[in-house]
Amino acid sequence: MAKEYGEVQLFGVGGSPYARRVRIALEMKGVQYTYFEEDLRNKSDLLLKYNPVHKKVPVLVHNGKPLAESLVILEYIDDTWGNHPILPQQPYDRALAQFWSRFIDDKCLPAITKAAFTANKEERDNSAEESLEALQFLENELKHKFFGGETIGLVDIAAGFIAFWLPAIEEAVGLKLLSCEKFPKLHKWGQEFTNHPVVKENLPPRDKLVGFFKARYASITASK
Amino acid sequence: MLLGILGSPFVCRVKIALKLKGVEYKYVEENLADKSDLLLKYNPVYKKVPVFVHNEKPIPESLVIVEYIDETWKHNPILPSEPYQRALARFWSKFIDDKVVGAAVKAVLNVDVKERENNVKETLEALQFLENELKDHKFFGGEEVGLVDIAGVFIAFWIPMIQEIAGLELLTSEKFPKLYKWSQEFVNHPVVKESLPPRDPVFGYFKGLYESLTASK
Repeated sequence: MAKEYGEVQLFGVGGSPYARRVRIALEMKGVQYTYFEEDLRNKSDLLLKYNPVHKKVPVLVHNGKPLAESLVILEYIDDTWGNHPILPQQPYDRALAQFWSRFIDDKCLPAITKAAFTANKEERDNSAEESLEALQFLENELKHKFFGGETIGLVDIAAGFIAFWLPAIEEAVGLKLLSCEKFPKLHKWGQEFTNHPVVKENLPPRDKLVGFFKARYASITASK
Repeated sequence: MLLGILGSPFVCRVKIALKLKGVEYKYVEENLADKSDLLLKYNPVYKKVPVFVHNEKPIPESLVIVEYIDETWKHNPILPSEPYQRALARFWSKFIDDKVVGAAVKAVLNVDVKERENNVKETLEALQFLENELKDHKFFGGEEVGLVDIAGVFIAFWIPMIQEIAGLELLTSEKFPKLYKWSQEFVNHPVVKESLPPRDPVFGYFKGLYESLTASK
């Protein structure tokens, strides 16, 4: 049964976990879209037109109407295309899904990024502590195969950073946060997530990512 | 049940939403210097207010709570029903949290002149985006208050206070005529008016904070 998708465009960057979130959601729902790879050092006029507020990726444009902010986009995708729901039906469970995905963006990602890419050792150590605390909350929250239950949901998609980008960062900078001793459930979840058929097709090449992070780390430690 | 503190704009958002829906609830005033066991139990992750507890199930984070309230009590809708408009409402309320609240507070409660200037600049840029977004409607939600208006209570009620305390000009009718007019309409809206905290204690609290910061310099 062919679905009327309208015209869907996605502006992103290959290595961006946020853009990949949107791709995973679109692919899960079987939505046809055109992808535009942006160069963030030389942003296209279209990107600046569609996201004048933040000038960032991802931006989803559906029938000419632009949306920015990955979590907002994910909810829009779920509201618009009802198959393979990403959010739960029940209001309370939906609220929890929103809470945990925002937690990942507000607490986990910044802490992990700082734990890896800060010149100052004390700040790095503090951020590593914060990261471990944040990961522990997620470890406790994981009760099933995925955060979304038996299938991947909003929180899983949001947490993709932890499943794929974090191990790449760890390798690049010599950090160890997501160990299977400390976080057995989360570690296992990471494996399941990255091996999920839709997710697997939508991850950037790992060695390129590690290379990118190595370069970033080098520039930060060198400038000190 | 709603756990909150009197002067918090985030708690105020939830009060407005509950009042709009006519939901009865028990309010518990927290003391953030001495957090209750209830707060620590219901919000172990952030240990902050507001926390909304419905049938013993807790929800923290004001915008998540407001959406939950909207989905649970369907009359007087707060979010639009159309998916794109809903997405825009979520985008702008997140924008207020990420770009306006932080910068405005830092613009006021900052002893470093350079940092203060930067934060003032950021706040003004952010307010300009909102000014443009308001178009010709009475509220961001159209003819009735919606998610973005509720999220923006900080702008309508708290910014005028803190800018007065710090002698700054952030939200003025010259700079942002539409946003300024919106703020007047919003604070005078019958439901909102009853949900706002009394001005004096909140003003006094921020004044005290500001004076202790500038005095210690």
